[in-house]
Amino acid sequence: MAGLLAKFGHYTHAVVRGIPSSLATEALRSSQSEVDLAKAHQEHAEYVEVLRTRLGLEVVELPADEALPDCVFVEDAAVVCGDTALITRPGAVSRRGETEAMKEALKKLDLNLVEMTDENATLDGGDVLFTGQEFFVGLSKRTNQRGAEILADAFKDYAVSTVPVTEGLHLKSFCSMGGPGLILIGASEHAQKALKTMQQMSNYRYDKLTVPDDLAANCIYMNVPGKGHVLLHTTGDQFPESFKVLEKLTDYTLIAVSGLEKMKVDGALTCCSILINKKTDI
Amino acid sequence: MHPQNLRRMAKRTKTDYCQNLLQSYRKRAKGQFLFFKVCEHLNLMEKDYFGLTYKDTHDHKCWLDPTKEIKRQIRNSWQFSFNVKFYPPDPSLLTEDLTRYLLCLQLREDVACGRLPCSFVTHTLLGSYTLQAELGDYEVDQPKPLDYMSQLTFAPNQNKDMEEKILELHKSHRGMTPAQADAQFLENAKKLSMYGVDLHHAKDSEGVDITLGVCANGLLVYKDRLRINRFAWPKILKISYKRNNFYIKIRPGETEQFESTVGFKLQNHRSAKRLWKVCVENHSFFRLNAPEPPTKARFLTLGSKFRYSGRTQAQTRVASSLIDRPAPNFERTSSKRISRSLDGASFIFPQFIIYAFTCSFIHFYLFCAFVLFCCMSAFQSSLGVHGENIYVRHSNLMLEDHDKTQDEVLKHQASISQLKRSFMEAPPPSPPQPNQWEKRLTSSPTTTIRVQPHPVVRVWMLMTLRLKEGASGCILMRIFHTDNFFSESVSSESESEEEAEYHPNVHVSIAHSEIPEEKEEEEEEEEEVEVHVVEQIPNDTILPPVIEEAAPVEVQQQETHDAERPKEAEEKHTTEPENDESTDDPMLTPEEAPPPNGLPLAEEDSPDAGQEEPKVNGQPMTVETEHRPQVICCTEPPVVKTEMVTISDTFAAQKTEIATKEVPIVHTETKTITYEASQLDGNADGEPGVLMTAQTITSESLCTTTTTHITKTLKGGLSETRIEKRIVITGDCDIDHDEALAQAIKEAKEQHPDMSVTRVVVHKETELAEEEED
Repeated sequence: MAGLLAKFGHYTHAVVRGIPSSLATEALRSSQSEVDLAKAHQEHAEYVEVLRTRLGLEVVELPADEALPDCVFVEDAAVVCGDTALITRPGAVSRRGETEAMKEALKKLDLNLVEMTDENATLDGGDVLFTGQEFFVGLSKRTNQRGAEILADAFKDYAVSTVPVTEGLHLKSFCSMGGPGLILIGASEHAQKALKTMQQMSNYRYDKLTVPDDLAANCIYMNVPGKGHVLLHTTGDQFPESFKVLEKLTDYTLIAVSGLEKMKVDGALTCCSILINKKTDI
Repeated sequence: MHPQNLRRMAKRTKTDYCQNLLQSYRKRAKGQFLFFKVCEHLNLMEKDYFGLTYKDTHDHKCWLDPTKEIKRQIRNSWQFSFNVKFYPPDPSLLTEDLTRYLLCLQLREDVACGRLPCSFVTHTLLGSYTLQAELGDYEVDQPKPLDYMSQLTFAPNQNKDMEEKILELHKSHRGMTPAQADAQFLENAKKLSMYGVDLHHAKDSEGVDITLGVCANGLLVYKDRLRINRFAWPKILKISYKRNNFYIKIRPGETEQFESTVGFKLQNHRSAKRLWKVCVENHSFFRLNAPEPPTKARFLTLGSKFRYSGRTQAQTRVASSLIDRPAPNFERTSSKRISRSLDGASFIFPQFIIYAFTCSFIHFYLFCAFVLFCCMSAFQSSLGVHGENIYVRHSNLMLEDHDKTQDEVLKHQASISQLKRSFMEAPPPSPPQPNQWEKRLTSSPTTTIRVQPHPVVRVWMLMTLRLKEGASGCILMRIFHTDNFFSESVSSESESEEEAEYHPNVHVSIAHSEIPEEKEEEEEEEEEVEVHVVEQIPNDTILPPVIEEAAPVEVQQQETHDAERPKEAEEKHTTEPENDESTDDPMLTPEEAPPPNGLPLAEEDSPDAGQEEPKVNGQPMTVETEHRPQVICCTEPPVVKTEMVTISDTFAAQKTEIATKEVPIVHTETKTITYEASQLDGNADGEPGVLMTAQTITSESLCTTTTTHITKTLKGGLSETRIEKRIVITGDCDIDHDEALAQAIKEAKEQHPDMSVTRVVVHKETELAEEEED
């Protein structure tokens, strides 16, 4: 059965979405920077290609919507764990429309949908870290307590702990899972503080791997049949010091994916896909 | 008692079974008595994970304290439920399927009523395992399965969709045995985040509603469904409550310099106390190797001295590993039928209802007879032999005049040391052992004097069980059990206690395997351990086999030479133990016992010893009510106070030695009864065997000290295993020693059903404090 028995990092499907031209100018960003749209398209195509061919996922590609400049960052629109998908209520008002297409796509994948309808609740998927045993939800500019409560209600099997996010956009702006029981974490003070909180809150013990750059701590871990541990990470050109750290994961297949342009609009690697494990064995 | 049909048990609840339970009320029995009765009825051996609950006047669920009188705890509602108290983090480590089944029953109820929240998917999965366990394989031609399904409760908000999914999954479990289905159920249930978390509503310092969850790992703080904080046991230095406030003192973090205290407001002082007790018990059970002794009875101090009194998880695992009875038969009943039998309520778990009765002496004596009979018949059936094969001997070491001369004390001590010698026919395997024993012998009387001015009885029991194993050799087992029931003041507490403290320091001997994910923290903790704590539990972990002298074993070795006779005896008792049990053989009553037959423990014959039996038990009835331990502490003569001080160092061997010498304030009356199978006689000396292994396991708690000593020897191609268990019961007369004896014999019998008891020695010592004389 999925849910409790799902092995961590096993996925069969990925949901991605195209880049609208409006991203270049209208997408939300924390710093003023010009996005090279063509380059962004190219990067994204590469990213999708890696998911499809190298990781063997069935990729569901949603068309871009010009009215939703941030729509490429599908992660924020839903949280999928096991057979259940929580359709979120993104913190940024301009992004609320992103959930519509996502809802339809996930429905087609036959997941149990839970919608966040409470108007007091906000939650971005980027604030949700699922470790395989439990959830950590970052309380950030985009995610509030009520949103976290609804998430806890949707995934009753798991403990849901809240972690204050004082800097950075999302919880996963400085961390991600690097494997079963392994948290990749940025070296910044606030990242380390958040890790401490997570460690204190958990009944489980996690290993940590600290990378010098917060943004490089956002990676995509997968357990691919025939390949074992696979980690999608930012390129060594972009974060050479962090890459050196990741190289220590010797039994991993490391796949570098460039995310330079998307990063200009606060898009990390995990932001651009929702990974789903559809059981095939029952 | 033989394996029970649980359903029948539920039905019988209000009939004969209740009769027995009623007796406990008459006898002003402690919670433990009732709990043991229930476990016995369920045929449950791994009982430490369970407990009895009752509803207090405010309809709050409370745990029945095993060390306190039932009557003093409950408030007019004689209704108890049998519940899981400590949810084993890994149910697959339980020894028996029966235990797992009972845990399943609890969890099914937890899940069905929403106490253990889980997702739709998990509901369906757990439901499907329940069906598989209770009904077996899915039957294709079952008419309208969904109608049937809707009568079962799987989830708080069950719907057709869920029921369909459950059925669908049920189909996929084809071929799975009930035990496997239960195991799968538990494997999934244990991963749920709220598994084993005991919730308490509270407010934080700012008055915000929160929920505190006590679990195996520590204290969790929730706001609504979200975990907002967690205090692992190793981080907590002190747990206390004062009125309706509950405090935890936190160990400073790496960067902090000072300890911090976190306070929570509970609804009232009862809630605060209840939370505090749950914390103390959970910490003790999951983190300690042996329970902490009760706090010292400080002079004129207030506060609850409550401590966890049962076995810890580490201890119960050791005990479980010694169970070698064949898997008990039990029937898994349909949740539906059970719930119907309980007036349509959704209870799946057996409930026990007892009606209040008035206490009277007549009842009391009847009860004595009942227990005595139980004890005797259990003994008889274990032996698997009839009257003529048993020699019963009484010895009454009554010290007639009440002058406490030095002579008497010496005599007293002599008798103790003689007992000790006989008990320890096998010299202790490792140095800590005799000390332990010594301490118990010497310190117990004073302990009881301190707290109870009225008669104190100490009972030692020794059982020897014998087993013939296979054709190749005999296994000789000797069960030596040590139980220690401290007297009342130990657990005395009242509603007026508005505060208490608990320092959850993990002792040095903590099992490191217990909570592996917190090893680092445990290491930190060991620095905190004080020296006296180390002394206190010298031998609590399972020791690797210790080689000892072969001499101890030989005393009984010859018994096993005669391969035929033990075999016969064993066959008898394994084939028809139930019949034996029901035989009321007059030969077995102490009064009519045949003359003694040179048994080592008997000092002196006393034909009327048996008649004193009821008196010993009866005495407390007359004196107890007027004497509350707290008062006594203040009014005792100075000499007694001195003893109190000594007691506080119970674990320093030297000091307790002194205490014993000062015993003069006590009059002692001792009595020894030995029961022995005839095969033992004439086999006194045999050639020594080759000792293969020797192992000693000691577990100790406020109420219970169990010393299990296992030796294996090889002699002439025969392999012999001997298990000795020691039971020492110390406490006021209110403790039902006969019951304890019966329980011990029964337990031994259950643990080793294919062995025969070859020897039981009961030694009773009644000590009268000076004030009591007139």
